[in-house]
Amino acid sequence: MKTNVSKRTFLSKTVQNLKPSGIRKFFDLASQMEGVISLGVGEPDFVTPWNICEAGLNSLEQGYTGYTSNAGLIELREEIARYLKNRFALHYHPKDEIIVTVGASQAIDIALRAILDPGDEVLIVEPSFVAYAAAVTLAGGVPVSVATHAESEFKLLPHQLEEKITEKTKALILCFPNNPTGTTMSYHDLKEIVDIVIKHNLVVISDEIYAELTYDTEHTSIAAFPNMKERTIHISGFSKAFAMTGWRLGYACGPREIMEAMLKIHQYAIMCAPTMAQYGALEALRNGLDDVAYMVKSYRQRRNYLVHTFREIGLDCHMPGGAFYVFPSIKRTGLSSEEFAEQLLHEEKVAVVPGNVFGEGGEGHIRCSYATSLEELQEAMKRIARFVKKRI
Amino acid sequence: MDKKTIELLEILEKNGRIPIETLSKMLDLSPEETEQKLKELEDKNIILNYSAVIDWSKAVEDEKVTAVIDVKVTPKRGVGFNEVAERIYRFPEVKAVYLMSGAYDLSVTVEGKSVTEVARFVAEKLSTIESVISTTTHFLLKKYKHDGVIFEPKKEDKRIVVSP
Repeated sequence: MKTNVSKRTFLSKTVQNLKPSGIRKFFDLASQMEGVISLGVGEPDFVTPWNICEAGLNSLEQGYTGYTSNAGLIELREEIARYLKNRFALHYHPKDEIIVTVGASQAIDIALRAILDPGDEVLIVEPSFVAYAAAVTLAGGVPVSVATHAESEFKLLPHQLEEKITEKTKALILCFPNNPTGTTMSYHDLKEIVDIVIKHNLVVISDEIYAELTYDTEHTSIAAFPNMKERTIHISGFSKAFAMTGWRLGYACGPREIMEAMLKIHQYAIMCAPTMAQYGALEALRNGLDDVAYMVKSYRQRRNYLVHTFREIGLDCHMPGGAFYVFPSIKRTGLSSEEFAEQLLHEEKVAVVPGNVFGEGGEGHIRCSYATSLEELQEAMKRIARFVKKRI
Repeated sequence: MDKKTIELLEILEKNGRIPIETLSKMLDLSPEETEQKLKELEDKNIILNYSAVIDWSKAVEDEKVTAVIDVKVTPKRGVGFNEVAERIYRFPEVKAVYLMSGAYDLSVTVEGKSVTEVARFVAEKLSTIESVISTTTHFLLKKYKHDGVIFEPKKEDKRIVVSP
């Protein structure tokens, strides 16, 4: 007997409507080519410091191969609490205000799922890391972009924020030091944002994964402002500061009520973060800060080199205060971000990420990561200079 | 010494071949300022030399022989450790001399074409120095890491080529 079943998609509408990341296209292009120098990598070029690796190995040898408690090893949460207090004047109780997560990415996901009802609007400061808007959509919310601009070095200005707030606005996602612009927000920059957030009764999801990587001034956390702890979910992790991207270990801290809700999702979805990685992280916080200082020094030198060279070539480039990206303007070449990146890849075999993939305000710029050896950076800049010279 | 000068030294200690223009940009200095700093450091003998770290085992088949020798010394009136050390480090086959705490006094690194050549140096030159009481010679079998550099095949970048 013939059955006539019409072809049915098994995919949800939400996922069908989700756009793939614009970064993917460049990954596909660049990974097919030989001899590419990549300034498109969003992770440190250092390997994890050996003492941290050794602590992970030791945990395996000792047989710590089972689950930990849902929120993570209590020793690790205590160490995170101590670290946040000493470094950023943040006060979180290890018992019920900290959750160890599978990278900061998972922390962002459970934070959004814990606070959003369908239709709630979430403000995303752009240019931004590509995952926020998708994470908001997947959690049932509506992402609303707040564009920042090169003229103000991509800092979030109060009026830019206020214009986008509606009755439906529930939360604001901040990421400073920023990926892709490298921009930092000082105490004074944040102060004005804090006032607006409190006035409109918003929750802040503050992704501070690059907090250790600042080059001119110490990082200020928005959660440290008076009356902000109760409305801030502070998210960070070990990936960028300790060169531990592959370990997938992050954490979220916040007021008890929100953290309880997040832990509920976390325990059903993940159970706990990987145990071996948690032991590595414990060593990182106890004995790893000297290594961080060493890496920061090296990043600062490379940042300076790149910014000065871009300016020399004739492209405007602000001096970013943190992360490991520079975000020069390529408008003088008359090309769009994508054209620039594509032509540069084909002509000179240098991979960069076009700014438009990071959302509003990114067009006309490219993201160049300086988490690459100085030798490669010098060669890449030689090629970019040659490429730009033909066009301006 | 100011912070930038120290940073300059730290960079050069790892890589002595970075062009002045690049160094200047890295340290936020003008090329003239960097040149000036380098000149001062060289004049003061703070920077003594710019050399390369070489894995000779890959370059030549008859690699040189290296020995690390523990030397016990009795300093005498008028002939302290420094004078004995000088007698030793003046020999060109001596590559390094350190004054040590512990069971012996001087650690002497000697390089020669063969084990015999090094043995002859110890027997004829080193142990005949009046203040030298005893020597213990250790031949170096393999170099894993030297001056902070690991002797291993070039590591390729294992990261994915473009990532968010």
